[in-house]
Amino acid sequence: MAKNIIIIGGGPAGMEASARLDALGYTVFLVEKEKALGGHLARWDRLFPEGKPAGPVLDSLVGNLGNTKVLLESDVLSLNRLGDSFRISLSSGVSVIADAVLLTTGFDLFEASKKEEYGYGIYDHVVTNADVEEFFRTGGDPRIDNPQRIGLVHCVGSRDEKAGCRNCSKVCCATAVKQACELKAKFPAATVYCFYMDLRMFGRGYEDLYLKAQKEYGIRFIRGRVSEVSERIDKTLQIKAEDTLSSTPLRVTLDLLVLMAGMRPSREGTKVAKMIHLATGDDGFLSSLDGFGGMQATSIPGLFVAGAATGPKTLPDTIAEARAAASLIHEYLQKS
Amino acid sequence: MIDFGFYLTPSSTIDLDKVDRKAVDDLARADSGIRTCIACGSCTASCTAGVFADTSVRQAILSVLNGRNEKARELLSSCMLCGKCMMVCPRGINTRHLILSIQKYFDGQ
Ligand SMILES: Cc1cc2nc3c(=O)[nH]c(=O)nc-3n(C[C@H](O)[C@H](O)[C@H](O)COP(=O)(O)OP(=O)(O)OC[C@H]3O[C@@H](n4cnc5c(N)ncnc54)[C@H](O)[C@@H]3O)c2cc1C
Ligand code: SF4
Ligand code: SF4
Ligand code: SF4
Repeated sequence: MAKNIIIIGGGPAGMEASARLDALGYTVFLVEKEKALGGHLARWDRLFPEGKPAGPVLDSLVGNLGNTKVLLESDVLSLNRLGDSFRISLSSGVSVIADAVLLTTGFDLFEASKKEEYGYGIYDHVVTNADVEEFFRTGGDPRIDNPQRIGLVHCVGSRDEKAGCRNCSKVCCATAVKQACELKAKFPAATVYCFYMDLRMFGRGYEDLYLKAQKEYGIRFIRGRVSEVSERIDKTLQIKAEDTLSSTPLRVTLDLLVLMAGMRPSREGTKVAKMIHLATGDDGFLSSLDGFGGMQATSIPGLFVAGAATGPKTLPDTIAEARAAASLIHEYLQKS
Repeated sequence: MIDFGFYLTPSSTIDLDKVDRKAVDDLARADSGIRTCIACGSCTASCTAGVFADTSVRQAILSVLNGRNEKARELLSSCMLCGKCMMVCPRGINTRHLILSIQKYFDGQ
C-alpha cells in the first residue's frame, strides 16, 4: 500500500515537495488554510533578480502536483503522533493518518504599522513592498498617485531589536533594488532613493541588478536608516535620516515611501509546531535538527521542515529545501 | 550687523530637495561613475595627494550627489591625475575621467 504523507502549507515549498513525493508514488495530502495554493508567491508580480513574472513560476509549481490531494481552506485542529504514524484533523472535518509529515508553513510579512514612526496606515502615501507588488499586479493603488519623489526604506521590522527581530530578512535588499527600478520605469521622471544600512546583494545576478539600478535607473543609494517620517499638510512626506557616508543629517520631501517589511515566523505555523511539540528558535522560526546536514530533519522522527518556515529564504533556497526534504522523506519511508 | 554675543551657525543638514538634479544627470551622462560608485574608499586610501591635502574621489562624488558642489571641487583641487585611484577602484570607474568631468563641469559654471 502506498504510504501517506501530510504536507502542511501550500506555498512554493509545500507544492514543490508534494510534486516530488507524488512522482515517487506516495499519497500526498497538501493542507492549505487559504482559498488557493501559492503562499506568498501568489502575491508577487515579478521576481528578482531578472524581473521574471511570478505567474508562470506559480503555474508550473501547481501544474506539477500530479495526484496530490489538495485540501484548501483547512485549518489544522490537531496534529499528534500515534506510534510511528501521525494523525491530523482539519477544520473541514477531514482526518488523515500519515507515515510522515512535512511542515512548509512559511512566513508572515512583518506588520509595518508596528513601526509607527514610519506612518503606515496613518499617512496617505506610505506603502509596503507587498503593496507595490499588488500595485504592479492589479494596476491600482490610490496611495501610489504618480509620485515624483520616491523613497524605499530597507530593514523595516528586521535588524531591529525594538521590532522584536534582530535578524536580517535576506530577501528585502534585492526586493528594494528591484522595486526601485520598476518604480523608476513606471514613473520615468521620478527621483528614487533607497535608504539602506548594509546592502545585502548576495545571490547570483544580484550585484548586476544593483549596478543596473545605479547606472541605468539612476537610483540614489543613501546609507542611513530613516529615523522619522512626518506628513505635511499637502500630504507629502518629510523624511529624516543620516547620510552616514558623510556623517551628516539629511532630509528630503517625498511623494511615496515604500517600507521593506521583513519576514517573521508564521503564526499559524507556530501553532501547528506547538501541537506536535516541535521547538522554535530564539528568532521564533521552527527548529530543524541543525543548520547543516540536518536542515530538513527535526528532533521528531518522521517530521520534516522546509522553506521559509525555518527562517528567511529566497525562492531558489525554498525550492531546493523542498526537494531535499522530499528526498529525505523518501529515504525515511524506505527504511521504516 | 549688531553683535549680540552669540552666533547661529547655518544648518549642516543635507537638504535633498535643494540638490540640483540637473548637475547630477549631466555629470552622469559625462561619466556614469558618479552613480556607480559603491563608496568603498579604496580611491581615498590610495590617493597620492591625500597625504598632503584633503583629496577624496569618494567624498567628491558623494558631495555632488548631496549638492555640495563647492566641496566636491575642493576635494579634487589637489589631485595630480596620477590615476592610482583608477587602478584600485573595484567598480572599474575611470576615476581620472570622472575627476576631469567634475572639474570641467563646475569650472564652466
Ligand atoms: C516582499 C517580498 C518579495 C519577495 N520576492 C522574491 C523574489 O522576487 N524572488 C525570490 O526568490 N524570493 C522572493 N521572496 C521570498 C519568497 O516569497 C519566499 O521564498 C517563499 O514565499 C517561501 O515559500 P514557503 O512555501 O516557504 O512559504 P510561504 O510562501 O509563506 O507559503 C506558506 C504557505 O503555508 C500556509 N500555511 C501556513 N500555516 C499554515 C497552517 N497552519 N495550516 C495550513 N496552511 C498553512 C500559508 O497560508 C501559505 O500558503 C520575496 C519575499 C518578500 C517578503
Ligand atoms: S535583506 Fe537587506 S533590507 Fe532585508 S533585512 Fe537584510 S539588510 Fe535589511
Ligand atoms: S588621480 Fe588624483 S584622486 Fe586619484 S589617486 Fe591620483 S591624486 Fe588621488
Ligand atoms: S574606489 Fe571606486 S567605488 Fe570605491 S569609493 Fe572610489 S570611486 Fe567609489
